[in-house]
Amino acid sequence: MRLTLHVWRQANSAARGGMVTYQLDDVSPDESFLEMLDKLNEQLIERGEEPVAFDHDCREGICGSCSLMIDGIAHGPDAATTTCQLHMRRFRDGAEIYIEPWRAKAFPVLRDLITDRSAFDRVIQAGGYVSVNTGSAPDANAVPVPKADADAAMDAAACIGCGACVATCKNASAMLFVGAKLAHLARLPQGQAERRMRAKRMVEQMDAEGFGACTNQLECEAVCPKEIRVSVIAAMNRDFLRSSVF
Amino acid sequence: MNLDPKIPAGDLADKWDNHRFRLKLVNPANKRRYRIAVVGSGLAGASAAASLAELGYEVDCFCFQDSPRRAHSIAAQGGINAAKNYQNDGDSVYRLFYDTLKGGDFRSREANTYRLAQVSVQIIDQCVAQGVPFAREYGGHLANRSFGGAQVSRTFYARGQTGQQLLLGAYSALSRQIGAGKVTMHVRSEMLDLVVADGHAKGLITRDLVTGAIRRHAADAVVLATGGYGNVFYLSTNAKGCNVTAAYRAFRRGAGFANPCFTQIHPTCIPVSGEHQSKLTLMSESLRNDGRIWVPLRHGDKRPPNEIPDAERDYYLERKYPSFGNLAPRDISSRSAKEACDEGRGVGESGLGVYLDFRDAIRRLGRDVIEQRYGNLFHMYAKITAEDPYQVPMRIYPAVHYTMGGLWVDYNLMATIPGLFVIGEANFSDHGANRLGASALMQGLADGYFVLPYTIGDYLAQSKPGAAHVDHEAFIEAESAVEKRIAALLAIGGRRSVDSFHRELGRIMWEYCGMARTDAGLRRALEEIPALREQFWSDLRLLGGADSLNVSLEKAGRVADFLDYGELMCRDALARTESCGGHFRVESQTDDGEAKRDDEQFAHVSVWEHRDGDEPVMHKEPLTFEYVHPSVRSYK
Ligand SMILES: Cc1cc2nc3c(=O)[nH]c(=O)nc-3n(C[C@H](O)[C@H](O)[C@H](O)COP(=O)(O)OP(=O)(O)OC[C@H]3O[C@@H](n4cnc5c(N)ncnc54)[C@H](O)[C@@H]3O)c2cc1C
Ligand code: FES
Repeated sequence: MRLTLHVWRQANSAARGGMVTYQLDDVSPDESFLEMLDKLNEQLIERGEEPVAFDHDCREGICGSCSLMIDGIAHGPDAATTTCQLHMRRFRDGAEIYIEPWRAKAFPVLRDLITDRSAFDRVIQAGGYVSVNTGSAPDANAVPVPKADADAAMDAAACIGCGACVATCKNASAMLFVGAKLAHLARLPQGQAERRMRAKRMVEQMDAEGFGACTNQLECEAVCPKEIRVSVIAAMNRDFLRSSVF
Repeated sequence: MNLDPKIPAGDLADKWDNHRFRLKLVNPANKRRYRIAVVGSGLAGASAAASLAELGYEVDCFCFQDSPRRAHSIAAQGGINAAKNYQNDGDSVYRLFYDTLKGGDFRSREANTYRLAQVSVQIIDQCVAQGVPFAREYGGHLANRSFGGAQVSRTFYARGQTGQQLLLGAYSALSRQIGAGKVTMHVRSEMLDLVVADGHAKGLITRDLVTGAIRRHAADAVVLATGGYGNVFYLSTNAKGCNVTAAYRAFRRGAGFANPCFTQIHPTCIPVSGEHQSKLTLMSESLRNDGRIWVPLRHGDKRPPNEIPDAERDYYLERKYPSFGNLAPRDISSRSAKEACDEGRGVGESGLGVYLDFRDAIRRLGRDVIEQRYGNLFHMYAKITAEDPYQVPMRIYPAVHYTMGGLWVDYNLMATIPGLFVIGEANFSDHGANRLGASALMQGLADGYFVLPYTIGDYLAQSKPGAAHVDHEAFIEAESAVEKRIAALLAIGGRRSVDSFHRELGRIMWEYCGMARTDAGLRRALEEIPALREQFWSDLRLLGGADSLNVSLEKAGRVADFLDYGELMCRDALARTESCGGHFRVESQTDDGEAKRDDEQFAHVSVWEHRDGDEPVMHKEPLTFEYVHPSVRSYK
């Protein structure tokens, strides 16, 4: 395959960035999107140009490192798929592809396609846990958890923290991310004691980080590689309201 | 080199209890005066950092990713073992201990392995209390599945994302301590050297991967939880960033490296599809519960799999190992797949593949059940290969997956450098020459939650808090060594990219130090690796500078260490002329092609010591078996 790539290049967070166009030949349809970028980088190095920096690690769709806007869509055209799991057979020969970083105030660009997503970590640090010290747990089967609850908790817990939901949202809202963590713990008996406090703290931190409000456009759900449902946002709002009422 | 394993006295079942009683304690009010550096935020590092902070220590935690939640542990799929015996199928601490020791082909310590089995039970309790959504039965109790090398059902799982859920549990505990100010988290920070002052590990040197700043960090003890070295093979199931640098730098500073040649080749990975391949994808071993492995009976049978009748298929694991069948341990399954392919019966375009077939399971249980159990794995397979595993059998082939070797540690998980502790995959301690499935997660969390927090106190109680200072000459020397090395890499100015060197090293390692190793091959590798290293240091092209985000520079440092480390692995593989577990020396096999162990000569841990400007020397820690008599490992 032959491709024309338009890639965002930016030297560091203070520098001005811009799109640069590259021609890439000999791409195999069996390559993953990141392997295609590897190939581009090899060519750039050969030509004496600095390679394009992008985040990645597992390349299995689970670590949440990879993060690209591909033709304006977070993680590209395939549903339920991270960038690292996207394959070039999805594109046609001769295609032009636009590749940009996540765009959100809370995720500043560090270089090229790499952004700083530490705001997500700080939201979890504010309350996204069950307070239980090592060693103080009762027997694991002491409290039965209905299978349906365990399954629903797992659906929400599948979030990989990639930030696609924020990147795709016009308001850069992090509600899908925060809602997923709250829904995960709220469905389990272990999460009950701190349920309202957790919602309050995480939502406050989310606001402090500069994430926007949710206006129900549902774009986050559409791009989420783990198919987290927007129903977690409604549940989050309920818990948050209760926490402030009482 | 002092290799006293410090195994406590007493009966096997009482050793850990006795030991915990004898360990010195740090006064609770004093704990906050001790600073501990934990390098790594995977299952081992995150669980340790959180638990140490809960106890009251001041903790610094480091990872090279942008968030501790992205450590490679996140990728583990299949499950975690524990001797809960919830299924009432005859499991016990002793059985898990025995299976682990036997699975490791009697090349690990009895006492360590037993302790691992003991604390496994607490791990599950802890994780459930954190909110880890393990799979459940309709009655609300925890579900289990079986895994290779075991005849009981003791593996706990969260769909095909067990590692993710366990890591998110540990990450949440860690986040709570970061929020409370007890852990200072350093993300995008890579450890480039260990600082040893007056014979004790007293800190580390890191590079800030965003700004390039080199920093000194002083500590009262250093914990390495930096994972395994599988990426020395370039292609492996490990995440792209996994590296040996932290462990190798510690080795250079005097820490013994144990059994570096012990690597695990996992039998069920998606075969290589072409030159562009950047990593290999694991298909969880749990698939072997329901999938049947086969190749055509006839050589060169190129018919599509569904057109090959049962009578013309060879379900070779079921045939050769009737009692374990498709659940034979990993080393055995991998070698059998290689044999079938070497005989010309491999499938797929390259001929390097075997079938993993779900046809019978789908008929027996229905598509829904299979989808429930393995949906995400099937999805991933279809994405990568563009084939539908519900319709045609998966094609799989062995790939490098896990490393049993690692820094040598005693029963307290302390390396040969006092004050340096090593946990998780980075140490060598519990899996001998082959690790059983679902036991790495168990070991990482055992070390981090339930072993290290006790044993490190014993060391700290005997040292004065805050003794290390970043102005000590050892820090200055280490920092300047790091800076010089970075400058040297940037100054080469050659023509070849880092990746091209890494690929070539990987090819040498896979060819000569992979699934089957020979004297001649290893000797060849020991010539090719130094030659490649020389080329690397004269022909590397590295663009950009030292004081900005520079991905190629990060890679170059790691590949430079792999080039040294690969040589150490080959030396170790050459010295161990027996076959055991994942280490198969072609010269040492039985008449029917099974690995032939040599307990007379090799019932020991090989521990390598670095010598500046000279070849490393090997020391031995003898392994003695008081409770289990090493037998010929049979899974027939
Ligand atoms: C695809 C796959 C599936 C697996 N499935 C299973 C399974 O089902 N069951 C099972 O038991 N095991 C499984 N394993 C094995 C298991 O996942 C690993 O052995 C285990 O997670 C390792 O954990 P760890 O904490 O030791 O290291 P890791 O999780 O690898 O963490 C290493 C940490 O160290 C940091 N680090 C490394 N080097 C440096 C440095 N120089 N400076 C700073 N930080 C550094 C990293 O940032 C990271 O935080 C699987 C492995 C793979 C590859
Ligand atoms: S690289 Fe890990 S999710 Fe894509």
